[in-house]
Amino acid sequence: MRNLSVSDQPAPSLQRTLAGRSLRSALLSGLAWACALIASVPLFSVLYMLITRGGSRLSWEVLSELPPAGFEMGGGFGNALVGTFVMVGIAALIAIPVGILAGIFLAVLGPGSKLATMARFAAKTLTGLPSILAGVFAYALVVLTTGSYSAPAGGVALAVLMVPIVVLTAEEALKMVPKVMKDAAYGMGCTRTQVIWKIVLPTGMPAVLTGVMLAVARAAGETAPLLFTALFSNYWLYQDGSLELMGPTASLAVLIYNFSGMPFDNQIELAWAASLVLVMIVLVINIVSRIIGRPRF
Amino acid sequence: MNANTQLAAGAAATAAVMDCKLDKIFYGNFMAVRDSHVPIEKNRITGFIGPSGCGKSTVLRSLNRMNDLVDGFRFEGHVHFLGQDVYGKGVDPVVVRRYIGMVFQQPNPFSMSIFDNVAFGLRLNRYKGDIGDRVKAALQGAALWDEVKDKLKVSGLALSGGQQQRLCIARAIATEPEVLLMDEPCSALDPIATRRVEELMVELKGKYTIALVTHNMQQATRVADTTAFFSVDISAGTRTGYLVELGPTEQIFGNPREKLTRDYISGQFS
Repeated sequence: MRNLSVSDQPAPSLQRTLAGRSLRSALLSGLAWACALIASVPLFSVLYMLITRGGSRLSWEVLSELPPAGFEMGGGFGNALVGTFVMVGIAALIAIPVGILAGIFLAVLGPGSKLATMARFAAKTLTGLPSILAGVFAYALVVLTTGSYSAPAGGVALAVLMVPIVVLTAEEALKMVPKVMKDAAYGMGCTRTQVIWKIVLPTGMPAVLTGVMLAVARAAGETAPLLFTALFSNYWLYQDGSLELMGPTASLAVLIYNFSGMPFDNQIELAWAASLVLVMIVLVINIVSRIIGRPRF
Repeated sequence: MNANTQLAAGAAATAAVMDCKLDKIFYGNFMAVRDSHVPIEKNRITGFIGPSGCGKSTVLRSLNRMNDLVDGFRFEGHVHFLGQDVYGKGVDPVVVRRYIGMVFQQPNPFSMSIFDNVAFGLRLNRYKGDIGDRVKAALQGAALWDEVKDKLKVSGLALSGGQQQRLCIARAIATEPEVLLMDEPCSALDPIATRRVEELMVELKGKYTIALVTHNMQQATRVADTTAFFSVDISAGTRTGYLVELGPTEQIFGNPREKLTRDYISGQFS
């Protein structure tokens, strides 16, 4: 028989002590807290550096003027800003449709097929591809065949980096669409194509777009793939009334790379300001992706 | 007396909308169901009862070819719907499902507004009339209109479980199918929501024909006109479901012909 009556023994203390287990628990919590703090230091210190060193130079002038040559004072990086937008735009036009359609295939059409296994493996490997190799690929594919450094060549190089990110995030997003929802659509008399276009894609779209925006942000900040695909230029893409897409094209990332190594204070200041602008672009894209990534229903 | 003669006349006029002769249903090498012949009568509720694993859901999902979506599904027999074999040559399962709608065990509204959920099937079929009118009629038919009429733009997923299930019923009836297949539509609902859906089913049979799978024998006695009792045959070393007995609900529960049925409805089953 178990004795269920209250015993005469004094009740044990239930107070928190700093000995043994509690101490270890407190230490671990503290360590985790400190590591979280350390992890967020780089972003804020980079932001602080960029704002103090690049912020003073930020003005309409630097955003709208051409880069200075040598000892010239003033100037800006308007052409590099435009070049970055154009090349990221070209990359997005290539990578987003390809990536989302491939994601649909991996998640819905043939998740278990040999082709899917191969494509998934290829995409995972490509996410780890050194970005300069994407540049080598685009150099061989576009620069050698067209005979010149150009914005499309840069766009292709960036697209190579974006596709695997879009494919993998789209696959994950579309796999999350509950089976009961797909069943409901089939039960209403949807064809497989209709199930994909009317239910799977719209339901998974916020998460897909998050992946797309992250890929865009990554592409906007890349330097290496552009070094020998788009090269650099001191002039506007659009000049003397004609669009020169097929010539060397400036980008913010390459401008920072070039100017930061120059012996002129003016150029170094511009490199800081360009860095600030680039980080702001990436930050804005990330924030936008969070806003559109919120499920609407 | 008058009511009785009316009932008798109604019974005489009843015709089978579906004639389902399910000789064998396989998933891969596994025979899930054998030798089950179930007629589904017009404007009646046909209840499928039986222990877990007896294949009643499999049978239901075979009637509008939802099982085609399962790898390895194979069917022998026929399912006649208004004279045509649903499994006949050249029949498009997509078209079949537009006439034989389905309500599932888990309420499964799409992540869209309440209005868009109900309008989904109408838009799918490129309905030419006033979609708003049909959505309202469907929501009224599903006894949900009064609760949602001021929040049609709110997400269907924001409703309670019982409301979600009635939304799914509204979505299914918006396109006015001939037959509604309901796969344990109340098993995820609380008793009050269950009551409402049951009342709704009885209302709906005036316009539609319903086949209902249920685990709940009281539910079968409350709503089903005809009851089909399925059991599991384990003699061949696997678990194959089959139809034991089919008849008017009062007969199945009051005076079953088969010993298996009697044991099951009196709670003596292993």
